[in-house]
Amino acid sequence: MREFGYRRAHDVSGAVALLDGDPDARFLGGGTNLVDLMKTGVERPALLVDVRELPLDRVEPAAGGGLRIGATVTNSDLAAHPEVRRRYPALAQAVLAGASGQLRNMATVGGNLLQRTRCGYFADVHSPCNKRAPGTGCPAVTGEHHNHAVLGASGHCVATHPSDMGVALAAFDAVVSYETADGPGEVPLADFYLPVGETPHRETALPPGALITGVTLPPVPTAANSRYRKVRERASYAFAIGSVAAALDVRDGLVHDVRLAFGAVASRPWRARAAERVLTGAPANAENFAAAADAELAAARPLPHNGYKVTLMRNLVVAVLSELAEEAAR
Amino acid sequence: MPPSTSSELTLSVNGEKYTLTVDHRTTLLDALRERLDLTGTKKGCDQGQCGACTVLVDGRRSVSCLQLAVAAEGREITTIEGVASGDRLHPVQQAFLDLDGFQCGYCTPGQICSAIAVIEEHAAGWPSAATGDVRPEAGPPALTPEEIRERMSGNLCRCGAYVSIVQAVARAAESEGAAA
Repeated sequence: MREFGYRRAHDVSGAVALLDGDPDARFLGGGTNLVDLMKTGVERPALLVDVRELPLDRVEPAAGGGLRIGATVTNSDLAAHPEVRRRYPALAQAVLAGASGQLRNMATVGGNLLQRTRCGYFADVHSPCNKRAPGTGCPAVTGEHHNHAVLGASGHCVATHPSDMGVALAAFDAVVSYETADGPGEVPLADFYLPVGETPHRETALPPGALITGVTLPPVPTAANSRYRKVRERASYAFAIGSVAAALDVRDGLVHDVRLAFGAVASRPWRARAAERVLTGAPANAENFAAAADAELAAARPLPHNGYKVTLMRNLVVAVLSELAEEAAR
Repeated sequence: MPPSTSSELTLSVNGEKYTLTVDHRTTLLDALRERLDLTGTKKGCDQGQCGACTVLVDGRRSVSCLQLAVAAEGREITTIEGVASGDRLHPVQQAFLDLDGFQCGYCTPGQICSAIAVIEEHAAGWPSAATGDVRPEAGPPALTPEEIRERMSGNLCRCGAYVSIVQAVARAAESEGAAA
């Protein structure tokens, strides 16, 4: 591991000033991803600015009736929060579906959004990788890609974003707040992750040197009837091979409102707006749930070894929406 | 001037203060084992995947291999050496002994530290991925074998002593519930 300096920040503007836009410096939250990547040499910062003691560790009511989640709230505290569990149960479920109890105690909301892909070629500094070393190529396209992207990828990179939390945040129209030396800013999660295109190394819309300060969830009444379902290769403590965050409001048998987002199929949490459009106003039945999934997955471009994800996601959508429709009918 | 790459710091471990100078690259795990001779905490994968290095940081279970020692300054760290009360074993330690919750013993310190926290997290009403309904109105989930397996999934046991581990955690949770 490269030697590095360490500074502990005590307020937001101080943290931004300590980092000072230095491309060789990184903010340190829980460290569950960053420290691991430093050990393998994927990340080689010269300076860490520790932000764990910033006063951003609260979940509070937001103006307009939503929830404001501070960037240093741990995954554990987010998932245990009564208002999160009551108003956005799929978010609590998504967080609980990720990692282990130990890691959830350490990991922060800001760090969760900025965690890196678990693509094996990205993690191996001896492999080419357009995301880690721009222009070197993507061995995954013709190599090991059974858990890679089927939506929104490019020939330059087919890595997925590994967050569970982000999938629920995407379904509920979360907005990311940040701070720069020039002041605060915000960006909807829908625009937070950049399209892959030819620049997979450029991952987010955050300005250089910006510190994520929190995430705001708008009020989403439909989210009270929501669910996160994750499919993985073992029962617990594994990344998803496919996941769905869904919320459903059925009135008189018709879909009044639906929120749908997919995980582990793209370089970002994938909001399934095409599926939502098909369903809104339609009878809430399995046939229409399947048609909605098909509308979204029409854009899928599977590789030789991950075509199963298209079927998996279709089945997941039908199963989860059917369960939510049943609950709504109770 | 480039920033210093080492720091003098004070770690608080099992109620004792230790002052030492560390290279910033030092993990809490390596500081405990190599500098403070607290070798009860084990190094397994060193990548946050096996749980052998689990300790309590401010009462919360954490993997010490992904925690930088310099970032642990100011936090109260409890290792397996600090969970008993004098000669009296912690109820989780006693349950692991009574029910053979181990074979080779290498993962055991991490299992026990994790289980202590699992019982506290459950008592605080935290749901898990095995909890059917996470809404607070549903009430706290019972600590079933399924809940224990899910909550302990961050601790791998190469010997496969899981059946006894689940029983030991359940026994300890019952005895602590009875004592409370």
